[in-house]
Amino acid sequence: MSGRPYRREGVTGRVLRFRFDGRDLEGLAGDTLASALLANGVRTVASSVRLGRPRGVYAAGCEEPNAVVQIEEPFPEPMLTATTVELYDGLVATGLPGRGRLADRPDPARYDAVHTHCDVLVVGAGPAGIAAAGVAARAGARVILADERPEPGGGLLGTTETVDGRPGRAWASAEIAALTALPDTRVLRRTTVIGHYDDNYVVAVERRTNHLGAAAPPGMARERVWRIRAKRVVLATGGHERFVAFAGNDLPGVMLAGAARTYVNQYGVLPGRRAVVFTTNDTAYAAALDLADAGIEIAAVADVRREPGSAWADWAWADRCAERGIEVLTGHVVTAAKGEGEVTGAEIAPRSGRGTREVAADLLLVSGGWTPVAHLFSQAGGTLRYDEGLGAFVPGETRQAAEAAGFAAGVTTLRDCLADGAEAGRRALTALGFGAPGVTVPVVEEEPANAPAEHLWLVESGDYGTHFVDLQRDVTVAEVLRATGAGLTSVEHVKRYTTAGTAHDQGKTSGLLTSGVVAHALGVDVAGLGTTTFRAPYTPVSFAALAGRDRGPLHDPVRVAAMHEWHVARGALFENVGQWKRPWYYPRPGEDMGAAVLRECAAVREGVGAMDASTLGKIDVVGPDAGVFLDRLYTNMMSTLKVGSIRYGVMCRPDGMVFDDGTAIRLADDRYLVTTTTGNAAAVLDWMEEWLQTEWPDLRVRCTSVTEQWATVALAGPRSREVLAALAPGLAVGNADFPFMTWRDAEVAGIEARVCRISFSGELAYEINVSSWYGLALWEAVMASGEVTPYGTETMHVLRAEKGYPIVGQDTDGTVTPQDLGMEWIVSKKKADFVGRRSYARADTSRPDRRHLVGLLPEDPGVLLPEGAHLVSAPVAGPVAPTARPTARPTALAAPPVRALGFVTSSYRSAALGRTFALALVSGGRGRVGERLYAPVGDDLVPVTVTSHVLYDPEGARRDG
Amino acid sequence: MTAESVAGSVAEFAIGRRSPAAAYAARFAAASAGGAIRLAEIPFLTHLNVRADPASPAAERIGAALGVPLPVEPGVVTEGGGLSVLWLGPDEWLVVGPDGAARELTERIRDAAAGEHVSVVDVSAQRTTLVVAGERARDVLAHGCALDLHPREFGPGRCAQTLLARTGVVLVAVEDGFHVLVRSSFAAYAAEWLLDASVEYRG
Repeated sequence: MSGRPYRREGVTGRVLRFRFDGRDLEGLAGDTLASALLANGVRTVASSVRLGRPRGVYAAGCEEPNAVVQIEEPFPEPMLTATTVELYDGLVATGLPGRGRLADRPDPARYDAVHTHCDVLVVGAGPAGIAAAGVAARAGARVILADERPEPGGGLLGTTETVDGRPGRAWASAEIAALTALPDTRVLRRTTVIGHYDDNYVVAVERRTNHLGAAAPPGMARERVWRIRAKRVVLATGGHERFVAFAGNDLPGVMLAGAARTYVNQYGVLPGRRAVVFTTNDTAYAAALDLADAGIEIAAVADVRREPGSAWADWAWADRCAERGIEVLTGHVVTAAKGEGEVTGAEIAPRSGRGTREVAADLLLVSGGWTPVAHLFSQAGGTLRYDEGLGAFVPGETRQAAEAAGFAAGVTTLRDCLADGAEAGRRALTALGFGAPGVTVPVVEEEPANAPAEHLWLVESGDYGTHFVDLQRDVTVAEVLRATGAGLTSVEHVKRYTTAGTAHDQGKTSGLLTSGVVAHALGVDVAGLGTTTFRAPYTPVSFAALAGRDRGPLHDPVRVAAMHEWHVARGALFENVGQWKRPWYYPRPGEDMGAAVLRECAAVREGVGAMDASTLGKIDVVGPDAGVFLDRLYTNMMSTLKVGSIRYGVMCRPDGMVFDDGTAIRLADDRYLVTTTTGNAAAVLDWMEEWLQTEWPDLRVRCTSVTEQWATVALAGPRSREVLAALAPGLAVGNADFPFMTWRDAEVAGIEARVCRISFSGELAYEINVSSWYGLALWEAVMASGEVTPYGTETMHVLRAEKGYPIVGQDTDGTVTPQDLGMEWIVSKKKADFVGRRSYARADTSRPDRRHLVGLLPEDPGVLLPEGAHLVSAPVAGPVAPTARPTARPTALAAPPVRALGFVTSSYRSAALGRTFALALVSGGRGRVGERLYAPVGDDLVPVTVTSHVLYDPEGARRDG
Repeated sequence: MTAESVAGSVAEFAIGRRSPAAAYAARFAAASAGGAIRLAEIPFLTHLNVRADPASPAAERIGAALGVPLPVEPGVVTEGGGLSVLWLGPDEWLVVGPDGAARELTERIRDAAAGEHVSVVDVSAQRTTLVVAGERARDVLAHGCALDLHPREFGPGRCAQTLLARTGVVLVAVEDGFHVLVRSSFAAYAAEWLLDASVEYRG
């Protein structure tokens, strides 16, 4: 077939059109990008990352070290291996020089994640995995069988062995069809298990629509992360073939022997016309014979072994080769791949060294033996042991309820792999208590035994400059020798020195080879040297898959109160407080934030405003010891509070620093409702539970969160009483009937409510609490009069700051005591103990230079200090008396070191004060009232005057309206 | 948004009570049209948080008064007489009853406690109840719930306090699916998440 020169005779299928490196090409359904490129005779697929050498397809699976491509269409995706990209119509790809490019636009595809659980997870649907899953699933266990390929069969796909009298590929498909029909069995194709963690938590990535290209259904998740919790895990992960380090072993046309066999058998692709085979073991013979039968001329087989052994002789490999005219050269090595840009021949030499000859070939197959895929076993904490027969590390002991099976466990023949898999399935069932089911092992009629391999890591040479060890990282034997020559003796150190094993493939083909070369260089046994550590992910995973649906609005929950829609409809801007969206301010048309906040502040100071205060944390504290409990947690006395009254309180950590503040409302002798700051609601409840459960289990107290049971409207301002009176005609609102810091149950706007007379602004104010179902109704009723100005958190912040009320977390940072805040009065001198009390006996908490909360007035009343600005004293050397004001305003800091005296914690424009002001934590601040300090802002030094932190209505005259 | 449209949308707000996921009724119904998945809110159920010593005579009397024993086995729901009692912790239960029953049930439980240390708190508006039902209900929840929801492990009569995506929920297995009890402030997030997670299962 002239159109498809490298396609095996008689292979047909649906034609797919694709473009690679600007060339329009055709492939067949079932192809990977790699097989389609080989079928088109494309030998050079990529170039190497450091040296820029041409590189071709080396393998046939995820272990591919060379053929790294970028998908351009339908959506850019970097650093994929051509061997795992399924071909689809319209695919556009380019080869990469070891680095890809991220898309410059958002990925329109959907990615998601699923949690699932099973009795037995089997990883790998090769012969051992199918056998294991079959035994477990047919006994009624919940089984998940995950396999990275689009088609089950694993190693059977690329070979010609038969199972139960059928071609292996057909047997695998039939078995999978039967298992899929079982109710509690799930077969996940195109699903790579990337991580195996403690307690058999296993993470896999399923590629669901990647292979469909532009035909992918838009609503269907493209990739899915499976988070699997398995009672037992069977790792039937097979093996990867490795190569040998010889000169030019990276040239396009050099290929793993097993991969070439797969291309011929599974894809009907001829990876070349005339091949030389270089092997250390028997498996390459099967490849040579299959290639010969497919029409590829095998020029020679160079077998490292001088006498390959009786099993080799028994199967008559030499005769089988001779029948096909293949010359077998035992005791020979390939010393070099020859060619400019791609393989045109191989240099073969007897191991004795004399009689080198060059054989023309466009394909050079290499088999340096097979390495069990022990990545997952090792990730999960399993130890590896060296298997002399394989020349590789195989799974040893593990603390997990997991085991390896089949070739992954070091079992070499198909017959034994099937039996081992079935046995692993049976062992899993027994461990899970399913009894001892009968196990039928699929039959393999005829199969060669493996003669012992000879473990050869490198072909010795005087120049190791092109003896590649890690193809993707461009690491050669020369560099490994430089590492060992520098004194490195650990493979972990050599890995970091040379970067071998650190590419996208994480050394799947090169890891053991690197160890082997290091062992060779040091003259030690590779068994004692070990391998580098295996870490998740087994294959690269896109960040899009890991992010899944946790993007955009679903990235983090947005919490909203019952009145939220009203705020949105009224054009409020929102402030994030923890996960809450709180109305920040409500700009009117044409207003900026400053104007809106000044208007809202003035409304509260002069008329009446309302704020949604629903987000405050609320906890019901119930029990005969509730008062004692709160006495121990708050710094002040709560047990003496009368039913019907309210008290402000501060909670500290054992170090005496402020943790939270709020109010306690005494509902009954044995019942309080305490409020917390919005951000600390959960932390305070945890704090209470921790003390109750670990320190004071004798206290009869139980706590229940009611934060969202209640919606709260704060009504503040001199006219708030008349608004409340109108809404609650049955409530006596006079100052004597309803004094400050008391609460009343009443009907407000026809809704059952609890009204608390508390104020966070210094004005006459109420907080009206209703069931959150009625929150919107209450809010609308409050607003219906048209007299009440809605205000947001910014106005609330300004109003409280004018009064010097601190906000925990804004004016405090975990290093601030109540005394630092000027609140000695809140720290009880009478109580025997409370959390934090003993810290006030420490010298440090009474240092005179502790940072105190003070007010600051910028000398220019229009200048707004940035929050966080540092404060320094007069920028001249030596102490400065508060009254010794320099006449000229300094413009630069003194020479360093300049001691920061503190920093601005809150800063606002005040309508009531007619100017800007700030709160700050300043060293010895209360002793500095009247002093001039400076805030370096940009290149400027802003002079400010220290004042009391209470700037507005210090007498508290406005509280009662 | 113009001033007129602001006024218009404000005027649409109903006076009276409103459940946390009320705004999602139409989208829930649309998502449920295919039959494989059913999303809905059951608003205004009575929820009472009860905390008591499980071994106390009071706990026994409360069970008797409710006609439903307080379950002592973790993650179990007891049901009867239109009430269900969810095990939330070794000394904590959620009594779920019909709309409007909070006052009467609270009194019944307090009377049964007869002075012993028992905490009864009306938390009816603290959470709302979302229904995730239909043959694909498990698949939808599996996108955000790490628990094994297989009927063998979590069949009807089981409950758990767990995470659904990024919000804490009380999950209850019922005959045809699940009830997701979610905090009111998280209800919109949970509703959006469920609508998103159900995209592939709407059949």
